[in-house]
Amino acid sequence: MAEKFDMIIVGAGPAGSAAAYTAAKEGLKVLLIERGEFPGAKNVMGGILYRKQLEEIIPEFWQEAPLERPVVEQRFWFLDKESMVTTSYKDKSWAEEPYNSFTVLRAKFDKWFAQKAVQQGALLINETVVTECIVEDGKVIGVRTDRPDGDVYADVVVLADGVNSLLAKNLGFHKEWKPQEVALSVMEVLKLDKKTVNERFNVGENEGVSVEIFGEATKGALGTSFLYTNKDSVNIGVGTTLSGMIERKMKPHDLLEELKAHPMIAPYLEGSESQEYLAHLIPEGGFDAVPKLVGDGVIVVGDAGQFVNAIHQEGSNMAMKSGKLAAETVIKAKELNDFSEAALDSYRTDIYDSFIGKDLKKYRDAAHTFEENPQYFEEYVPMMNQAMNTFFTVDGTPKWEKQKKIAAKVTAGRGKTGLVKDMYKAWKAVK
Amino acid sequence: MAKTLEDKQYLVRFNCDTESHLIIKDHQVCATQCPGKDCTVFCPADVYRWEGDRMFVGFEGCHECGSCRIGCPNDNIEWHYPKGGHGIVFRMA
Repeated sequence: MAEKFDMIIVGAGPAGSAAAYTAAKEGLKVLLIERGEFPGAKNVMGGILYRKQLEEIIPEFWQEAPLERPVVEQRFWFLDKESMVTTSYKDKSWAEEPYNSFTVLRAKFDKWFAQKAVQQGALLINETVVTECIVEDGKVIGVRTDRPDGDVYADVVVLADGVNSLLAKNLGFHKEWKPQEVALSVMEVLKLDKKTVNERFNVGENEGVSVEIFGEATKGALGTSFLYTNKDSVNIGVGTTLSGMIERKMKPHDLLEELKAHPMIAPYLEGSESQEYLAHLIPEGGFDAVPKLVGDGVIVVGDAGQFVNAIHQEGSNMAMKSGKLAAETVIKAKELNDFSEAALDSYRTDIYDSFIGKDLKKYRDAAHTFEENPQYFEEYVPMMNQAMNTFFTVDGTPKWEKQKKIAAKVTAGRGKTGLVKDMYKAWKAVK
Repeated sequence: MAKTLEDKQYLVRFNCDTESHLIIKDHQVCATQCPGKDCTVFCPADVYRWEGDRMFVGFEGCHECGSCRIGCPNDNIEWHYPKGGHGIVFRMA
């Protein structure tokens, strides 16, 4: 029989590397399998990495990890065609240890994180696709890869194979995702020298800004766009649910180009140079899309488990947390030498007891509410902009009259009851 | 700044396999049961192109996102990952 490991992890993204690091550190024999040329070669995110969950795995990781900038300001832009309403929060304490979040470039970051797991003793094999789990008597006992003689065995297989989650699907843990359960996002990395980034975004040398953009950029479809500052580049991207893209017959690339050319955005990008174009899916099915997480000899982590909080743009932190919890479960299971579904089930309860399960539950109805009621994105963002325009354009109209005009406009579309209902529905979805 | 999708695709490195990891299960289904041809619209890399009677699949430029597999209204795309080490290679993020 081929070599046997304590744990095989499929996919060296944040979830997989977190699991590999945690288990290898405790002395487990760990194999980490990555299909790309190197960890990160296939991986994409907008770019925000939250500090807390990685710190729980590698204390003071910021001293050595390849990070771009600590985020000191979060901006929110509500875009109309030629205007925007903005709000933001800036916090100087976020520019100092222990920081709150960072912008990162995943090809660099993932490579580093996987290497940290290797330093702890995990074996990393790149350029290898796991084609299926090897199942015997209903129990997962290893994986089949696309290498010659490519069967490898382990007590537990951790599926960290990302949003498409083909291996868990093949095990019957979930059906094919529906187009409303995934968001299609495209992004471009634009080179811009450090000094220009600092000046345009009004930040210091080692300070970054995240901008979340709503409204016009997604043509009213459920989705967001973003602009994040790296050291000497910016990431700009846009995404909507795949169903939104299909229904409105939108091309993601067109959305990106329109966003880049938008009069509120273009000045930030002027003179920049395209470095890379990237497309990826984001699991946004939420609480009700979470698949079966545990079986005999198998655990599902990260995007493969639909662990993304779309409202707060959190994902990689949930991935790392779930990877760590999976490894801790396997460590305990090894002590008892029991790798059955019952023995591994504490992983599932740990997930639901943690912020992952709780936050997914909190926003359970959010995506559904916003998808079914496009007025939030289609009508209210332009309405906000029009109200500001009416109120702040000095044209000799008395302010009382302006207020009346705004009130009339606001209630014209959906009526007073419609407006109150919408507000209640939105509050209920995120409360 | 790259403006066209073609310009953007030139920015990305592809280590292409010789055989496609994306297979149209039945070309007749595209021809007769799919008036929208949605994949030719939403695919972020324009991998799919309708050529009058047949769906052309330019798998070499695929970002491996999975949208076509999920979004095909007829479940008519057999979708695999490219062989280990092949396909798209992101350098940045």
